[in-house]
Amino acid sequence: MSLIEITEVKKRFGDNEVLKGINIDVAAAEVIAFIGKSGSGKSTLLRCINGLETIDEGSITVAGAQLLPDEIHLKALRLKVGMIFQQFNLFPHLTAGRNVMLSQMVVKKVTEKDAEAMARNMLDRVGLGHKFDAYQEELSGGQQQRVAIARALAMQPMALLCDEITSALDPELVNEVLAVVKELAKEGMTLLMVTHEMRFAREVCSRVVFMHQGRVHEIGPPEEVFANPKTPELNQFLGVTEH
Amino acid sequence: MTEFSTWDILCNLLLATRWTILLSLATFLFGGIVGLILLFMRTGKRRALRRFAWDYVELFQGTPLLMQLFIVFFGLSLVGLNVPPWLAAGLALTLWTSAFLSEIWRGCVEAIAKGQWEASSSLGMGYFQQMRWVVLPQAFKIAIPPTVGFSVQIVKGTAVTSIIGFVELSKAGTIVTNATFQPFVVYGFVALIYFALCFPLSMSSQFLERKLNVAHRNH
Ligand SMILES: Nc1ncnc2c1ncn2[C@@H]1O[C@H](COP(=O)(O)OP(=O)(O)OP(=O)(O)O)[C@@H](O)[C@H]1O
Ligand SMILES: [Mg+2]
Repeated sequence: MSLIEITEVKKRFGDNEVLKGINIDVAAAEVIAFIGKSGSGKSTLLRCINGLETIDEGSITVAGAQLLPDEIHLKALRLKVGMIFQQFNLFPHLTAGRNVMLSQMVVKKVTEKDAEAMARNMLDRVGLGHKFDAYQEELSGGQQQRVAIARALAMQPMALLCDEITSALDPELVNEVLAVVKELAKEGMTLLMVTHEMRFAREVCSRVVFMHQGRVHEIGPPEEVFANPKTPELNQFLGVTEH
Repeated sequence: MTEFSTWDILCNLLLATRWTILLSLATFLFGGIVGLILLFMRTGKRRALRRFAWDYVELFQGTPLLMQLFIVFFGLSLVGLNVPPWLAAGLALTLWTSAFLSEIWRGCVEAIAKGQWEASSSLGMGYFQQMRWVVLPQAFKIAIPPTVGFSVQIVKGTAVTSIIGFVELSKAGTIVTNATFQPFVVYGFVALIYFALCFPLSMSSQFLERKLNVAHRNH
């Protein structure tokens, strides 16, 4: 059974139909890269999967439960699916450790002691155990993004959605974040990531989805998609991004 | 006719100042509570509540405080509720204050980056949890200077309540003037006392603004 089933999903912003019937099934432990031109709907799709946008048609189910736009269903969904953003979005008034502890305590009602143990554990996992008491100003962009990953992991999600999580980073900081993601992939985390890191997509992902004008234009294993693009659009896209 | 010394005048005014201070504090407290409720209505998801709070704020910001006071005072007596002036004064000022404070605070809440809402949503938090743990702690900092600044308006606003017979500083000024026929001296003192109440508030508002700005940059 698929972990995430996306069926005929359509999303409009006013008259602008941004997703025009998306179908993707994601198996557990799959790592999927979403590529495509700006405006092709990659972020919107990820945001729909996390319930940050409501879909107009179609359905999304996660682990068998359908995504419905009321508070209770949304909360249940978000306990299963975490999201990492381009801009990190750490809570600036809290230390790294408290960032990771907060939602455990507030949402899952975990005790402070357990939440702290989990937070230390997760920060260790992203290589930041020593930064527990640091505020975001004391962290580099790469470190902030790793704290954001630890924060999402602490909720023990089944899948993580990553929207261009290295795009806001200085080039020399990209790899430390990708290394963490690679490690997660190896451990069997289901990952859906929008990325411009083609090499990373080729090495780590089980499938690549090329989105074009709100549709899944091509989908397949990276060897196939990158070596043998079937459509002129993908050919052109790859030509633009790889030179 | 008895003679009034300057000291007598000042004593009488200072005694009445207690009521100005008490009314200001009560107004700030209750106005703050109602303002917070309005803030939650206005930034929440329920459309009807948002609409209500929006209308409420427009109404109280768009009419003079004096009219609001009259309407509360005479309106309540019209429906058979004979409220004492202090109660009508407190009620009208509370309603007025809550509208302004909720508007100030709404600006502060909206100044918090959208990403904070999205990140906390994606972690499973509901609206109240987001407000309590993520948004308000950040909005609080930027809200302090304008909130303290507005408390100056409250202190000055209490003067209006003299008109329905509540004996605070301004009303005491009128009464003492009627007895002494020294309006210039009396109202001079009245103004000085208001200034002594307001000046520290506006100074601390400016001080806090500077301090929080610096703290924000270095933190
Ligand atoms: N909140 C919104 N309101 C209106 N239109 C939106 C909104 N969000 C996205 N869009 C529109 O939807 C389309 C797809 O946007 P989306 O952000 O999903 O693209 P993307 O593939 O992620 O692009 P990029 O690579 O630039 O991030 C764009 O035309 C965009 O203008
Ligand atoms: Mg995007």
